[in-house]
Amino acid sequence: MTALAHLGGTPPTTPAAPAPDRRRRHRLLPYLLLLPGAAWLLVFFALPLLQLAAASLYDPAGSLSTGYAMTWAVGNYPDALQAYWPQFLRSFLYSAIALVLALLMGYPLAYAIAQKAGRWKNLLLVAVVAPMFTSFLVRTLAWKTILSDNGALVGLLRDVHLLGPDGRLLATPVAVVLGLTYNFLPFLVLPLYASLERLDPRLLEAASDLYANPLRAFGRVTLPLSMPGLIAGTLLFFIPATGDYINAELLGTPNEYMIGNVIDSAFLVRLDYPQGAALSFLLMAAILAIVFTYLRRAGTEEVL
Amino acid sequence: MAQEAPAGDLRLADVTKRFGVFTAVDDLSLTVPQGSFFALLGASGCGKTTTLRMIAGLEAPTSGRVLLGDRDITGLRPYKRPVNTVFQSYALFPHLDIHENVAFGLRRRGIRKVGEQVERMLALVQLDGYGRRRPAQLSGGQQQRVALARALINHPQMLLLDEPLGALDLKLRRQMQIELKRIQAEVGITFLHVTHDQEEAMWMADTVAVMNAGRIEQLGAPADIYEYPASPFVANFLGQSNLIEAEVSGHDADDLLVTGHGYRFATPLERARSRQGPVWLGVRPEKLHLVADRTRVPDGRNAVSGVLTDICYAGVSTEFLLRTAWGQEMSVFTANNDPDARLVPGVEVTAHWHPRHSFVLPRDDSAGDDADGSATRPGATGGGRADGSPADGGVGVPPQRLEAAT
Repeated sequence: MTALAHLGGTPPTTPAAPAPDRRRRHRLLPYLLLLPGAAWLLVFFALPLLQLAAASLYDPAGSLSTGYAMTWAVGNYPDALQAYWPQFLRSFLYSAIALVLALLMGYPLAYAIAQKAGRWKNLLLVAVVAPMFTSFLVRTLAWKTILSDNGALVGLLRDVHLLGPDGRLLATPVAVVLGLTYNFLPFLVLPLYASLERLDPRLLEAASDLYANPLRAFGRVTLPLSMPGLIAGTLLFFIPATGDYINAELLGTPNEYMIGNVIDSAFLVRLDYPQGAALSFLLMAAILAIVFTYLRRAGTEEVL
Repeated sequence: MAQEAPAGDLRLADVTKRFGVFTAVDDLSLTVPQGSFFALLGASGCGKTTTLRMIAGLEAPTSGRVLLGDRDITGLRPYKRPVNTVFQSYALFPHLDIHENVAFGLRRRGIRKVGEQVERMLALVQLDGYGRRRPAQLSGGQQQRVALARALINHPQMLLLDEPLGALDLKLRRQMQIELKRIQAEVGITFLHVTHDQEEAMWMADTVAVMNAGRIEQLGAPADIYEYPASPFVANFLGQSNLIEAEVSGHDADDLLVTGHGYRFATPLERARSRQGPVWLGVRPEKLHLVADRTRVPDGRNAVSGVLTDICYAGVSTEFLLRTAWGQEMSVFTANNDPDARLVPGVEVTAHWHPRHSFVLPRDDSAGDDADGSATRPGATGGGRADGSPADGGVGVPPQRLEAAT
C-alpha cells in the first residue's frame, strides 16, 4: 500500500518539458504515417482521375495518331449517354437482379454460418472465400463450361422441360446475371456474416417471450441488428457488379453488354478516349448518386 | 390485472427434461399459487433455470405437462403464452430505445397507443424520463429495471425472473430486492423467481422450493424450511447447520432421545423426521450458546463440548468454530453485544441449546451415496457454504441475516 502510494506520488520520470523539436515530431507523426498511402493515392488515383476528367473533355474529332486537343467539349457527355443508354440501363438492371438473387441466397447462408453452424463455422467460411483463391477470369471461364450448350446443366433443364429443345443458358442474360451473382456473392456474405455473428440469440428468445412470432422476431430484431452488414455487403456487391464487364464478355453476347464492356471497347478497341472517359465519369456519378440515396434511406450512422 | 383468471395457479405435472443422457429436471410436480412470490432455489445445474424455461416455452419438456389455470400450455409456443420473462442477461434490444423496448410486447400484440402505458410502467420502475435513451447508456441496475418493465407492461399471468439480480453488486441487489417486493405487492402478478442466492430467496419469496439434481427437496415458507429442514442438503444449502451423527435411543412423552459420540440429545417429537435407527441431529449455529464453564449449562438443554479453534469477527456477530472430541467442527454464531473475554482460541468450551431448536433427519448409512450426503458429513458441517451456496454465504453478511430470519 505504502509502496503504491509512493509510486503514485513520484513525479513522472520523463522531463516535464520535452525539447521543442521532439514535441514537433510527435505532432508530425500521424502525417508521416499517412505519407506512403497518401502518396500512392495521389500518384495512382488522384492524378489519373484528373487525367481522365481532362480526357473526357477533349475534342472528339481527335485520335490517338493525330493527338487530342483540349476543347472543353462538354458535349461528349450527352453524346455518350445518347449512344449507350441501353448498356447503362442494362448494367443497373443486371446487377440489381443479381443483388436480389445474392441476397436471397446470401442472407440465409450468412445466418446459418453465423448462428447455426457450430463447429463447422470456420470451415464454411473458408468455403465461401475459397473460390477467391483462383482468378476471377478462371472462375468465370469455368461457368462458361457449366452453362455450355452440351453441358450437364442445360441437358438436365432440357430433360425436365424447363428449357426448350433448343434452349440455352450461355450467351443469354440469364448467364450474365448468374455469373454476376456468383462472382460477387462473397462480398455480400462476409459483411453480413460479421453482423449476424454478433447477434445474441437470447434477444430472439426475448422477442419470442414478448409475443413476436418467428417472422416478427426476424423483422424487428434480426434484420435491424444485421443492418450494418447488410448495407456494407449490398454496396460491396452492387458497386463492382455494375461496373463489371468480364461476365457479359465471357457469358453473354454483345446483346448483353454492360457499360463496362462499352468503356473497355472505347479505350482498347475503338480508341475513342474522350467517349470512354465521359462514360467512366457518368458511371461513377450514377453509382455515387445511388449509394448516397441508399445510405440516406438506410441510415448511415453504423456505416459511415 | 388485465385477464383475471379465476384459478391462475401454475402447475407442473410430472415434468421431466433430458438433454441427451443428462436429466436436468426429474419428474417434477409443483404448484405455484396465483399471486404468490415463489422462489426456486438451487445451486447452478440443479435444473431451476430449465424449469423456468419450460414454463416460458423456450424449452419443451421431454415428458409431463405444464398447466396454467385449467389450460394445458405444454405445447404452446412462447409467443402465445401469457407469461413473460426477465432474463438473467436482461436481453434488452440494443437497437431500440428504452421506450420501444418496453413497448415491444404491446406492439407485437397489435396495440397502437402505447405511450401512456409505457410512461406509467417506467414510473413504476422509477425510470421516468429515460425513454429516449438506448440500453447501452444505462447502468446495470437501470437495465434490470427496464427488463422488468418490459415484461410487466404485458400484465402476464405470471412473471418469470431468471436470476435477475445476479449481475448487480451487493448494495444494488439489496435495493432491487426491496423494489421487486414492492412492485409484486403493487401489481399482484405471480412471480416465479429463480435464484441460487438463499438469502435472496428467503428474503423475498413467500414460498421457497429448494431444488437439487432436478428434483424439489423441500417446499414451504422460508421460516418453516429454515427452522425445520427436510434433508441434510436443505439444512446446509439454506443457511448452515451443525449435523451430528447419532442413533435413536428411545423417547419419552414429548421428546425423542438420540445418542451420538457419547452425548444424549433430546428433540421434540414433532421436530423429528425419523424416529428410529441412524439419524442426523441438527441445530442451527445461531441457536447455540457458549459457556466456558461446563457446570453452568442450564438443566434440560442439549450440550456438546470442544475446543475453540477459530473466531471470525463479522461486525454484528461473531462466528466461533468449536472442534469436538471426534474431530467435527461446529459453528456457533453469537451477536456481539457482550462478548465473553474468556472465549479465545484454544480454550475448552461447551455449546448448549434448547431441545426445541434441534431437529432430527434420517441418516442413510450407505456411505458416499450422493452428493448432498457427502456435503453434510461431519467434517463439512461447519462449511455449509462449501456445498454449493458459494458467494452468497460471503464474509460479513450471513450471521446477521441468519439471525434476522429466526
